[in-house]
Amino acid sequence: MGIGVSMKRVDAYEKVTGRAKYTDDLAPKDALVAVVVRSTIANGLIKSFDMSEAEKVPGVVKIFTCFDVPQIKFPTPGHPWSTDISHQDVSDRMLLNRRVRIYGDDIAAVVAQDRIAADKAARLVKVEYEEYPVYTRMEDSMADGAVLNFEEYKENILKKTCFKNEGASFDDAAKEDGIVVVEGLYDTQTVQHCHIEPPVSFAYMANGKIVVVSSTQIPHIVRRVCGQALGIPWGKVRVIKPYIGGGFGNKQEVLYEPLNAWLTSQLGGRAVKLELTREETFAFTRVRHAMQISLKTAVRKDGQLVARKCTLYSNQGGYASHGHAIVMNATSIQRMLYHDEKAIEQEACTVFTNISTGGAMRGYGIPQGIFALESHMDDVALKIGMDPIEFRKKNHMQNGFKDPGTGIPCHSIGLAECIEKGKKYIKWDEKRKAYANRTGDIRYGVGMAIFCYKSCVAPIALETASCRIVLNQDGSVQVQMGATEIGQGIDTAYTQMAAETLGISADNVYVISTQDTDVTPFDPAAYASRQAYISGTALKQTAEIFVEKVLAFASKMLDKPCDTLLIKNNSIVDKNSGDILLSMENLAMEAFYSLTDSVHITAESTYHSTDNTYSFGACFVEIEIDIPVGKIKVLDIINVHDSGVLINPALAEAQVHGGMSMSLGFGLSEQLLFDGKARPLNNNLLDYKLPTSVDTPELAVDFVETVDPTGPYGNKALGETPALPSAPAIRNALLYATGVAVNSLPMNPQKLVEHFKAAGIICKDGGK
Amino acid sequence: MYDIKSIYEAKSVDDAIKALSGDPKAVVICGGSDVLIKIREGKLSGASLVSINGLEELKGVSLDEDGTIVILPATTFSKVTGSKIIEKYIPALGFAADQAGGPQLRHVGTIGGNVCNGVTSADTASTLLTLNAELEITGPNGKRSVKLEDFYEGPGKVKLSHGELLTAIKIKKPDYEGFDGCYIKYAMRNAMDIATLGCAVHVKFDGSKTKIDELRLAFGVAAPTPIRCYKAEAVLKGRTVSEALGEIGSLALLEVNPRTSWRASKEFREQLVRELSGRALKEAAAKAGGVSS
Repeated sequence: MGIGVSMKRVDAYEKVTGRAKYTDDLAPKDALVAVVVRSTIANGLIKSFDMSEAEKVPGVVKIFTCFDVPQIKFPTPGHPWSTDISHQDVSDRMLLNRRVRIYGDDIAAVVAQDRIAADKAARLVKVEYEEYPVYTRMEDSMADGAVLNFEEYKENILKKTCFKNEGASFDDAAKEDGIVVVEGLYDTQTVQHCHIEPPVSFAYMANGKIVVVSSTQIPHIVRRVCGQALGIPWGKVRVIKPYIGGGFGNKQEVLYEPLNAWLTSQLGGRAVKLELTREETFAFTRVRHAMQISLKTAVRKDGQLVARKCTLYSNQGGYASHGHAIVMNATSIQRMLYHDEKAIEQEACTVFTNISTGGAMRGYGIPQGIFALESHMDDVALKIGMDPIEFRKKNHMQNGFKDPGTGIPCHSIGLAECIEKGKKYIKWDEKRKAYANRTGDIRYGVGMAIFCYKSCVAPIALETASCRIVLNQDGSVQVQMGATEIGQGIDTAYTQMAAETLGISADNVYVISTQDTDVTPFDPAAYASRQAYISGTALKQTAEIFVEKVLAFASKMLDKPCDTLLIKNNSIVDKNSGDILLSMENLAMEAFYSLTDSVHITAESTYHSTDNTYSFGACFVEIEIDIPVGKIKVLDIINVHDSGVLINPALAEAQVHGGMSMSLGFGLSEQLLFDGKARPLNNNLLDYKLPTSVDTPELAVDFVETVDPTGPYGNKALGETPALPSAPAIRNALLYATGVAVNSLPMNPQKLVEHFKAAGIICKDGGK
Repeated sequence: MYDIKSIYEAKSVDDAIKALSGDPKAVVICGGSDVLIKIREGKLSGASLVSINGLEELKGVSLDEDGTIVILPATTFSKVTGSKIIEKYIPALGFAADQAGGPQLRHVGTIGGNVCNGVTSADTASTLLTLNAELEITGPNGKRSVKLEDFYEGPGKVKLSHGELLTAIKIKKPDYEGFDGCYIKYAMRNAMDIATLGCAVHVKFDGSKTKIDELRLAFGVAAPTPIRCYKAEAVLKGRTVSEALGEIGSLALLEVNPRTSWRASKEFREQLVRELSGRALKEAAAKAGGVSS
């Protein structure tokens, strides 16, 4: 079972029988429980605590406050570290914070015998604050005289960057005779990941180390940040990552592991568990940044893009987290996906406010950027009277492209084929004709959107991955990856990759799912859709070394030259005749127990990359809109992806289903709301409208399999791309159905009714 | 883990009333789908509970000799929907009960809890209003009867004193015989949601099936409590369906009083009142075989 086979997930049995152990299953029964005491203001300073009532609660062990913790600032995002200070993440948090910047900020921690006592005590903590004005909107936090979240960031601007091509300016290019200029302002909302398992960890001390078991995407980064936050050598921290119940980027952040590591160190090394509630997870971990994106395009009437101007503002919330990297991504996609003949001018700005902190979330800025871009492209096509598909085909990325900003090259592209497949599936021409200029309460539309996406973070940031393969006596192998299984199925993909390159059957390949930073080779792990592409290359490279070592041993045993041998179906075979010469089991037994030549055959290597490549795809959707009550029903939807060669087609399809569901929620219903005091209003699964199974239409998926020369098996990114295009495709279908352009998300019923009233489709008094 | 100080499992209605009377702070729990949430949120943490969950005498749906349908309060949503009596005589109520939450909630949540919780979004409330439901309340001093619409005092508040229990919901024969109904739950999701607006209609036609003999219209989330629209009902009596469809939305708007919250604006809810009252009437009329000219 190698590449391209839909083999069953290697963890399927464990997970469906409930035998798979997650962090909370592993916590010792006598672990103490920690609960974070949260600020009840969103901007200000702690003056004092009164713990007299809280400390009386039976079962309370100890209460720690922001005045007790090490006064060390540390960064939280799951980026590979940079040894160059100018490229390091912003260090802006302490374990507990006296200066409060969001509602619910971590100001103290109660440790108790159980959750009930800890919760009760946390509610009884009295806090005296110095209160500052609260800002939920970027225009307010940037205004003159606004209180700064951090003194070093003037106007509450974390960072502002500009990009401009050499040569013509937008204004010059737009002067051309007969050129059409189209402008649009697009708004996206705050949403949350909603992984099933909340952030949870437990920490204890053993053998001179602090051990942290955590539901994380990034165990090696958690180790580093715990070391940084506690001011101890990184080797003093050991992080273990068992199975995890989803992350979607929220666990690409070091959230509460450092606090938990510190708590155990203050309690004699006793195990302390810290698990967030759903309500805390929504508002006090990370969210997808709300963005305001204005786009201005100069286009010829024949559809040629001549020049564009893009301005993007990203609401960072209270802390820097992944910060400016995310709006940079939303910006670069504008110039990567489409080429302008003359000019591109871009400005990106990340602004602190006091709402929940923005961080990594599947798509990393691109869902926002693509919503704006693909909505705008339909607006432009409409303005010049061109079919949106023809318009896109004329301007989208072509093979050989190299982004002038990041240097990322296009090595393979199947975008045109994706568009053709989607167009055919949805019956584009037929339905555009049938649904044109409809009237009445119920109308129909078809729409589409395209996207591209990088396959890793190089060359913007470090790409490194390591793998170790060790032989067992029966000829099977363990494959140890620093890359993490977070539900996406990467352990299964690695099993297939190892089988393919080793010549050992998949049932003899054991990918170790648990990462333990004391023994697991280094890899920054699950983010940026990188693991099959980058860590997969580390695996392939290591497997090749392993094969060489096995064949060298076989060569001695068989007295045949290495280059006449290969491993196939768990045996050493003659390359030319195909004759089976020796089983892997017999070879392994000899290697382990030879009285003259014993050797444990292992291989280990690191793959370092500065290259990258793009994935592509398109979404086509057909909708029904019930105008008087503002409800969109998705009748049919398809995502067609070019992610290069598929390692496991069934898993690839499942990955796309999950992403489409995410983009549907982003487009139609989800939004995390805050009141004027930046208090979260709907941080629970009742009031936050994550779509349920009965809200989700049948999801169609198709692929175009290009063979990418830089992917280990011709494969490219697929982790995040499914979550990109549905929202703008629906928006464009709605535009076609009604003529109404809805430029802000979510396109929920109240907003649609307001737009329809403004457009006169529903009369102002509600009549028709 | 829930912060519960104590739980007393009552052995009978009288026993429950006695237990409640003996502890002024005790809280009644039945299905638990509201109470446990409040305990978890901290609003009722450390509560002393008196459970009526195990009381068989409070469960089931029956038909009295005079045709009165008696729904006992500890009947779960799913048992209400699954009741043969409800299915035969008042299917709109069974449908409304089936709109609450999801399957898990409907297997523990009860119709009595839905009524006593007093919230305007309760899925069964508007349909029960259109059926002129009457409540039997039992307390330390015996039984009393109250009309459902008089039971509501304000948002989340009902006229139930400490120590009193809702012991039956009654619907008299003239209130359902010849009527057909419809409940539209308008929410952001198709399941696991609370209503942005709930609209219930029951309608009865004259012999010729052309004119409305009696129309009952009620809303949830259109006012602080579930409400009936008596004025609209009076105006539409005697109208044909098509006449009524042209008027019902604007008439209903004269009687509702929705508010703006972060969940939805007043204007949006008004638009829903206007639109859904007509849709509910249309569907109820179709079931009743009303001839639309």
